[in-house]
Amino acid sequence: MTAMIDLPVEEPAAQAPKRRNKSGGSLGKYLLIRFLLIFPTILILVTMVFFLMRITGDPITAALGGRLPPEQLAQRIHEAGYDRPVMVQYFEYLGQLLTGNFGRTISDNLLVTDMLATYGAATLELAVNSLIVALAVGIPLGMLAGYKRDKWQDAVLRVSAILFYATPVFFAGLLLKLVFAVWLGWLPVAGRSGTSTEIAMTQLASPTGIYWLDALRSGNMAAYWDVVQHSVLPAVALGLLTAGIFLRLVRTNVIGTLGKDYVEAGRSRGVSEFRLVTKHAYKPALIPIITVMGLQIALLLGGAVLTETTFEWKGLGFQLASYLTARDFVAVQGIVVLLAVIVAISNFIVDVIAALIDPRVRY
Amino acid sequence: MAQANESFFSRLPVVAHLRKSVGLQRGMLVAGIAITAAFLLTAAFAPLIAPYGFSQGFSETQSPPSSAHIWGTTAGGYDVFSRTIWGAQTAFLVVVIAVALSIFAGVILGLVSGYFGGWVDRVLVVVSDAIYAFPTLLLAIVMSITISRGSSSLWGGIFSAAISITVVFIPQYFRVIRAETIRLKAEPFVESAIVVGASSVRIMARHIYKNATRTLPLIFTLNASEAILTLAALGFLGFGIEPTYAAEWGYDLNRAQSDATAGIWWTGVFPGAAIVLTVLGLTLLGESMNDLNDPRLRGRRRAGKKKQELVDA
Repeated sequence: MTAMIDLPVEEPAAQAPKRRNKSGGSLGKYLLIRFLLIFPTILILVTMVFFLMRITGDPITAALGGRLPPEQLAQRIHEAGYDRPVMVQYFEYLGQLLTGNFGRTISDNLLVTDMLATYGAATLELAVNSLIVALAVGIPLGMLAGYKRDKWQDAVLRVSAILFYATPVFFAGLLLKLVFAVWLGWLPVAGRSGTSTEIAMTQLASPTGIYWLDALRSGNMAAYWDVVQHSVLPAVALGLLTAGIFLRLVRTNVIGTLGKDYVEAGRSRGVSEFRLVTKHAYKPALIPIITVMGLQIALLLGGAVLTETTFEWKGLGFQLASYLTARDFVAVQGIVVLLAVIVAISNFIVDVIAALIDPRVRY
Repeated sequence: MAQANESFFSRLPVVAHLRKSVGLQRGMLVAGIAITAAFLLTAAFAPLIAPYGFSQGFSETQSPPSSAHIWGTTAGGYDVFSRTIWGAQTAFLVVVIAVALSIFAGVILGLVSGYFGGWVDRVLVVVSDAIYAFPTLLLAIVMSITISRGSSSLWGGIFSAAISITVVFIPQYFRVIRAETIRLKAEPFVESAIVVGASSVRIMARHIYKNATRTLPLIFTLNASEAILTLAALGFLGFGIEPTYAAEWGYDLNRAQSDATAGIWWTGVFPGAAIVLTVLGLTLLGESMNDLNDPRLRGRRRAGKKKQELVDA
């Protein structure tokens, strides 16, 4: 890559190639630094979570305290090593994380990694579904609001964007359930699939845990339709929350770019208004959206916890809530750390994409 | 900007914004002020408005709205109307404590970090960036485990919810104040204060602090709405305040989920609508203030009116 840039560079004016070389180098350097930054970020989060969860007591007392006699409790604490100095436990925990060992849950004695693998697929499916809803609703409506700035369409869209944001997912879920599942009876109330689909899935050779894929592979159209029906309400509840944010963002940026000279120039050359909004103003407006999408992933995962609890969607969030109720803090810690790692990595990916498409992003 | 001639009253944040606004923006601002005022009044006068106590049990459970219970009763035999009204008080207390604590901590950290720079600054920035990227709800859950191990009395619950939310917000205030401090540090008036021999504390407290905190009312209203949502989410997950100590909307919505499946709508719709209205009011207020502060987003007066203004001046 560098060689290809360097070759023709020798003879023309000395300045241009120099600049090009420099910017190429700084992009690589930026990406490298950005990549290395993932590690301290994850370390800080893991450290914070570990000490916060351990400061006021050990997980065994939290889960079983009051239910076991004190001698037995002390015995269990000693066996698990929670009576050693906290710094020893901390470094041991870090070492275990490096080898991919997250420990065992207290309430049902599962390997935390197994639990994460089992339920992670459901959360991923929910997150992708709702992101599709959010983009499909947020971007076109945001373009419309920006184009019709200060007209009634803009007012309606802006207020509904704030309404989407103001409605907690569990309340949106409750309303959706009431209207579409209980009163109209169109869609199922909760869960990821019906019982017959569940049985059909177990016959698959190696299920991925992502029901869309599994149902397709089983070739059973009834099962596929069942999965689709179950995924509509959760995806809409969580998707609308994020759609409101996308709508506002697209609107602000479209307004910003619509005022630019090149849009005016396009208009004077007779480019249609539709094309001006969808091509000229919209593309530069996309860059901040990609950046913000990184932050939305954190919001989306937080929202997934609440959505899954509302719809009994058996993913990480649903498990997190039930482990919280059981006061099983080893499991909680495992889920929180995994989600933190996912957020850190996806933020990195988003920053890389933003740097590649926007030449102005540099350190 | 002939601000010196204007009275103190007309320079107050919300009042000044109201004077600047026109048309649609003014409508949104006024709606925000009205809803927020209604929320504050409800919180203040909850004991007078609510017909029953928030933990007063009744023998008729899940009864539909009637004259005795205008919004019905829950499965636990609570009066929905009374709990929704009392919930405003809980939300208000948590929001005020949370935002006050996070402004206090965030402003001090931001001033110190921005003014002195060096390794303290670098460490604080990395830590706050890490916290900033963390899902806020998860952080609040972890904090509330630390503070109360998940079950709490009235003040214990309110403080654990408030502190959990505080930790989430500190990085935001920290970032804003730090950036402003770095910008202001290079201003001539700070340099002249250094030359005169003012101490670092005095420069930070008098010269920089006053200039760096102008955007705070805006962040305050935006964060207040987020604090209400976080409190409700904690309550929904069963990590909020026990129902016998205080009324909390999120907890009520948690209980209402199974009612909804059975077609019982009144236990969930009212506390949920209370959350939506409160957050809507605060967000409208904050958003309009934000737009009015930004000249590119501020709605412009029609040309005719502008002429009028010129004549006035």
